[in-house]
Amino acid sequence: MRTVITRRLLALIPMLLGITFMATMLMHLAPGDFLDQVRMQRDVDPDYIERLEQEFGLHNPWYVQYFLWLSNVIPWDLRSDFGYSFHYKVDVWELLGQRLPATIILSLTSLTFAWIIAIPLGVLAAIYKDSVFDRISSILAYAALSIPEFFLALLALFFAARTGLFPLGGFTSTEFEFMSPFRKFFDIVHHLVLPTIVVGIGSIASIMRIMRANFIDNIRSEYVTTARAKGVPEGIVMFRHVFRNAINPLITAAGFAFSTILSGALMVEIVMNYPGIGHLVFHALLQQDQFVVLGALVMGSTMLILGNLLADIMLAWNDPRIRYD
Amino acid sequence: MAKNGNRNSSSTESPSPLLDVRDLVIEFRSRGETNLAVDGISFEVRKGETLAVVGESGSGKSVTAMSLTRLLPEEPVCRISGDILFEGRNLTRCSEREIRKFRGKEIAYIFQEPATSLNPVFTVGNQIAEAIKLHRPEVNDVEKEIIRSLDLVKIREPEKRFRDYPHQLSGGMQQRVMIAMALACHPKLLVADEPTTALDVTIQAQIMDLLRDLKQKLAMSIILITHNFGIVSGFADKVIVMFRGKIVEAGPTEEVLRNPQHAYTRALISCIPRMGVRQKRLTTIDYAELEKAGDQRLTENRNNGANTVE
Amino acid sequence: MTREKGIFRQVLERPLGLAVLSLLAVFYLVALFADFLSPYETSDQDLQKTYHPPTSVFWKDGGLHVQRYELAEPQEMVYRKIEGEGAPIRFFASGYEYRLFGLIPAERHLFLVDEPDRIYLLGSDETGRDNFSRLLYGSRISLSIGLVGISIIMVFGFMAGGLAGYFGGIWDGVTMRFIELVMAIPGLYLLLVLRSTFPDHLSPAQIFFLIVLILSFLAWGGTARIIRGMTLSLRNRQFVLAAEVLGQSSWKIVWKHILPNVFSYLVVAASLSIPGFILGEAALSFLGLGIQEPSASWGLMLSQAQDMKVFMLNFWWLLLPGAAIFVTVIAFNVLGDVLRDIVDPKQKFLSR
Ligand SMILES: Nc1ncnc2c1ncn2[C@@H]1O[C@H](COP(=O)(O)OP(=O)(O)OP(=O)(O)O)[C@@H](O)[C@H]1O
Ligand SMILES: [Mg+2]
Repeated sequence: MRTVITRRLLALIPMLLGITFMATMLMHLAPGDFLDQVRMQRDVDPDYIERLEQEFGLHNPWYVQYFLWLSNVIPWDLRSDFGYSFHYKVDVWELLGQRLPATIILSLTSLTFAWIIAIPLGVLAAIYKDSVFDRISSILAYAALSIPEFFLALLALFFAARTGLFPLGGFTSTEFEFMSPFRKFFDIVHHLVLPTIVVGIGSIASIMRIMRANFIDNIRSEYVTTARAKGVPEGIVMFRHVFRNAINPLITAAGFAFSTILSGALMVEIVMNYPGIGHLVFHALLQQDQFVVLGALVMGSTMLILGNLLADIMLAWNDPRIRYD
Repeated sequence: MAKNGNRNSSSTESPSPLLDVRDLVIEFRSRGETNLAVDGISFEVRKGETLAVVGESGSGKSVTAMSLTRLLPEEPVCRISGDILFEGRNLTRCSEREIRKFRGKEIAYIFQEPATSLNPVFTVGNQIAEAIKLHRPEVNDVEKEIIRSLDLVKIREPEKRFRDYPHQLSGGMQQRVMIAMALACHPKLLVADEPTTALDVTIQAQIMDLLRDLKQKLAMSIILITHNFGIVSGFADKVIVMFRGKIVEAGPTEEVLRNPQHAYTRALISCIPRMGVRQKRLTTIDYAELEKAGDQRLTENRNNGANTVE
Repeated sequence: MTREKGIFRQVLERPLGLAVLSLLAVFYLVALFADFLSPYETSDQDLQKTYHPPTSVFWKDGGLHVQRYELAEPQEMVYRKIEGEGAPIRFFASGYEYRLFGLIPAERHLFLVDEPDRIYLLGSDETGRDNFSRLLYGSRISLSIGLVGISIIMVFGFMAGGLAGYFGGIWDGVTMRFIELVMAIPGLYLLLVLRSTFPDHLSPAQIFFLIVLILSFLAWGGTARIIRGMTLSLRNRQFVLAAEVLGQSSWKIVWKHILPNVFSYLVVAASLSIPGFILGEAALSFLGLGIQEPSASWGLMLSQAQDMKVFMLNFWWLLLPGAAIFVTVIAFNVLGDVLRDIVDPKQKFLSR
């Protein structure tokens, strides 16, 4: 098990090298470069530009630039330097750190929301297979999987504007700074409700479908007959025996959900003007703020790979039959 | 006794049998088609007695066994009629709640595939404990009881094995665990549905020896379901032979084996793979031969299509 | 190819398949005749009638008339009906010129009203363009992007997957590592990075193909993997081994033995990605990185609906393109599922 984890973590390194290399190449294929943008900003110190050009070797061809960036990133002196954001004029690492909490909070709330709703629905749909409830819930799941997320976000904003029940996007109110801690908490929750629902609805549908299918598969297995033959009440057969088996494949889904924690809400963040990583990446791309994009790519891809690894580990931990050597 | 049987066996003197099944009919319905899986069979099992139910695949043996504690699908899919008297109580009239008190406690089962019959995500100890906690709430030290039951089925180092997951055990060991689980609540009747079919030949013998041993030790009744006459002799007191949902022959084991009345029984007996004798291929039942033998009932059964599914 | 005919017939035999195919057939007909069915061009503005609500239609003097409106509150963009006033709707009248199927010059339209009146069946947008016409034109993008996309995916998915599976070795390793690399990048990030690589000012056709190419690049990996898996299992089958023994060239074997055997899977695997193309284009256009004004695309139309004014003043008709995307995606999702059930009922190779 441990060797598997080590191996997978080591595989992360060439993967990230490949991704960032590809990304740098692609960004340099784009017409113009960020220097035009920086030079247009008069408040940026020309010396700084000079120093930057020195530091990152901007006169060099892009592949040389890439290796220079890389040599700054690799923590020789125990410090990774991911570069500087031209737009926000701060260190990329710091900038990502600022935006991280909002995205992570949104991902966690929407995941919790999705799981809490989807699992019971999936179980009920499986137990009452072919009932009216099952039919309706599977049609709704289908609909939820087909609706574009940004359209759902628009509908949510429309709803908020028409009813006035929820704020029109954002993470906090403008007067957030002056609130009591309790009000602050409430304010964040208030802002989170709609994005959480919008991001969660897609996952509800897919988790529900997986859960239902697994549950139905397991209801037919022989160990269910054994449990019934022991005199175990039907409810316990379902929720102890079948449930524990049916939840297994969902653990992969959980790992996958973790892997999209940073990138999953991109469209919703943009539409609902939610100041998270996705929002940042989008605007950084438009402004060719290249180090921000690279930094975010590294982070997003690392999460994706780690998430898949996590899923495998949790699966092995939950299902005694699976052993990696 | 067996209505369709050719002989009577009333050797035992005990007045009321442990299990008395009368005119049991089981039908399955799917998409408007009905499939008569069991067609009016009657048999009884006395205390301490072992009954073997023999028949080819699809003859309705498992369904009969499952129907005893209503483990079959519910009403619209599966309909059961007839009487199942267990110690005088009619199980067909019991509510779902009442019948649960019989499952595992009075009538326990072991199945053909130990590998899939055990829940893969729980330790074997856990699964045995579930039965004990359910039916013997008076037991304080459940762990000790688990170890005792594993010891009973001759599992070495039970205090270690009970923490194992099913997949960590071999097929033979898994079946022993199934037996331990079935016996943990001291049932009066053990239904063993082809307990050795999925196992290697050598392990088959071990499991049969174990069952024989336990039968003597615990003085319980056993229904042994099999399609193999080979394991019946020396184990079962009586045999019923099932064919297409009906009992075609019933009687004391030795008698049936020595002098089978029915062509189908004879065919089954000739299928016994003899130990040590390598057969070119397993004898299959030749229906044309049977029909030539002129057994009317048999031909009828076949023609009215008792088995439409499969 | 009798087997493929069989698949099509099997889809029609299923109620769901029949329903979805009929719906899609109607959609494609509408897209094909969009210019005939639309009263206005996509760029036809009327700054006097911005954010006009859907016009109602009534019957008077033996003909259909479109209701006339006046701007009651310019601040709030509230239009009010002028009771009893309307303009007659003319059917098969001549309007703007277009080329039917891109070939035949024509100027007839299904219905029109005379200027300065306008017919807005589904309202107008912020520059007074007809939402209905734009919706019809926009359907051409969404309905064609998936089809173009899967043809690309099928070619690349088969080439990469089939060859990787058949030849194995280095080719297999390189292809699979590359797919893993692409799959390790969050999809939307990659989509955005790839799009930003290209200049903004491209012709509509160039942009369309650019989007298709980018989306295919994101999607071909899944198909390639499925095909690789199947090819691996085919490689050791009798007929392939026999062909090898007979000395047929590898290319010929791949072409004559592998392709026909994986073809139905290839089609279905690729068709499962149609919704991804539709949603991807819509998202890009919505973000302003896809189809550009004044062309119409459902995603682009929706980006107008992001305006606070739209929410506050309840211009709900501007959300209709979203509903159109939704219905189209559902239809393709159902079709994909029906196809998969037919080709791979146990979901051994194709799963979502
Ligand atoms: N759940 C079910 N639904 C429909 N039909 C069933 C069901 N279970 C069993 N049957 C039918 O009942 C008949 C008897 O099956 P049963 O399992 O009792 O056979 P068996 O004698 O145990 O055979 P085997 O030796 O293969 O175990 C078969 O024809 C089977 O098709
Ligand atoms: Mg059976």
